[in-house]
Amino acid sequence: MALTEQEILAGLGKIINEITGISADEVTPEKSFVDDLDIDSLSMVEIAVAAQDEFGVEIPDDQLKHLKTVKDVVTFIQA
Amino acid sequence: MSKDRVRVVVTGLGATTPLGGDVASTWSALLEGRSGIRPLTEDWVDSVPVKFAGLAAVDPAEVLPRPEARRLDRSEQFALIAARQAWQDAGAPEVPAERLGVCVSSGIGGIGTTLSAYDTFKEKGWQRLSPFTVPMLMPNGPAAWVGLELGAMAGVHATVSACASGAEAIGYAMEMIRSGRADVVVAGGTEAAIHPLNIAAFAAARAMSTRNDEPERASRPWDRGRDGFVLGEGAGLLVLESYEHAVARGARIYAQVAGLGMSADSHHITQPEPEGRGVMMAMTQAMTDADLTGRDILHVNAHATSTPAGDVIEARAIQKSIGSHPLVTSTKSMTGHLLGGAGGIESVFTIKALADRVVPPTINLDDLDEGVELDIVRAKPRDLPGGQIAAVNNSFGFGGHNVAVAFTTV
Repeated sequence: MALTEQEILAGLGKIINEITGISADEVTPEKSFVDDLDIDSLSMVEIAVAAQDEFGVEIPDDQLKHLKTVKDVVTFIQA
Repeated sequence: MSKDRVRVVVTGLGATTPLGGDVASTWSALLEGRSGIRPLTEDWVDSVPVKFAGLAAVDPAEVLPRPEARRLDRSEQFALIAARQAWQDAGAPEVPAERLGVCVSSGIGGIGTTLSAYDTFKEKGWQRLSPFTVPMLMPNGPAAWVGLELGAMAGVHATVSACASGAEAIGYAMEMIRSGRADVVVAGGTEAAIHPLNIAAFAAARAMSTRNDEPERASRPWDRGRDGFVLGEGAGLLVLESYEHAVARGARIYAQVAGLGMSADSHHITQPEPEGRGVMMAMTQAMTDADLTGRDILHVNAHATSTPAGDVIEARAIQKSIGSHPLVTSTKSMTGHLLGGAGGIESVFTIKALADRVVPPTINLDDLDEGVELDIVRAKPRDLPGGQIAAVNNSFGFGGHNVAVAFTTV
């Protein structure tokens, strides 16, 4: 069964908190990783690898660079 | 012979060691003669002949926030913790980025990362490596992180000379200030090498103590029963500053870094040269550079690692080049040997000895070996006199590197 948006958001929030120290509450769909959350490209790689473990969805590098907001990642994982 | 040049002083100290998570706790443990050496409890201990080490008293991963700790090798964690302490201790000097430098060394670099990343790579593939693997394993990593932390632009360096690395870093930093490249330089050494491969490799070189039944008694410099060094970990860093800069901002000055001596044995890749010629050359140069004579040196923090050959060669070299009068100690009897971190923490200890006028003891020295005709501080600390006094810290490394740094009261 596919995960709900809420479940994915909660999982992402946990991962991002672990990697960057940003509070999970801050990880909301409209946030941009670079502009709002100040997450650099190397941290995005760590997040993508952790998300793969958590959700079983591989995010290839050429896709990762197009995922600008939290919502983009949620949608990618749901698809 | 008077030298018209920039004077370099120490205005900040930071350390995390097997005896404590900061300078104050480490120093009081040293004066109490406590050992920081403990049995290892990891699963891998059965695979190596040495089953004890000087683990850091405070786990750096518990001091640093988790997101920061996870992208730093343990050697970088130690360096950053000690750098923050030293910087605060110096009163967080205001200095333009272009006048601030860093020189922080490690003997082996991020070896823990190298080895664990290779395990990850073999078991799970390249995609599972942290994107920070390279900056975690590179030996200039600790210097680079400290430089980023403080915003240093006058140059960030990491001199490498095995167990002389930390002392060489302090010497290099002193020269950065003397030459006018910087006004303030954060300098010292760090090491995190307590890993089964390193222990196995040093044991293969027959360099380590295997006194597994008495870990706290294993590091025993100059004692007849010594059987090798004991591995420790941690970092010791100094804030060095031009005297002019320190006085202008009203900084507290611990000591002056008065002289530097460096030489190479050019004898053997691991064995010390039996006559100690290179070691004497380093000490003599440090004194000459500082306009001091042997008589001025009242304290030596010796390299003495508790190896059968090295301790006595150094003792004779001290006697010949400085004399039999200084109060000599080997704090490695309590901290173990921090390799590239040794010159860092032992510079901190030498400076504390001058500033507080007291020399910590060498513990476990029950039966002084033949040929050691020095005034070694045993069992209890001993006081240094008032007035203008000087001390030397020695550090030597595999490869035949010798570094002696002379410090004076101000």
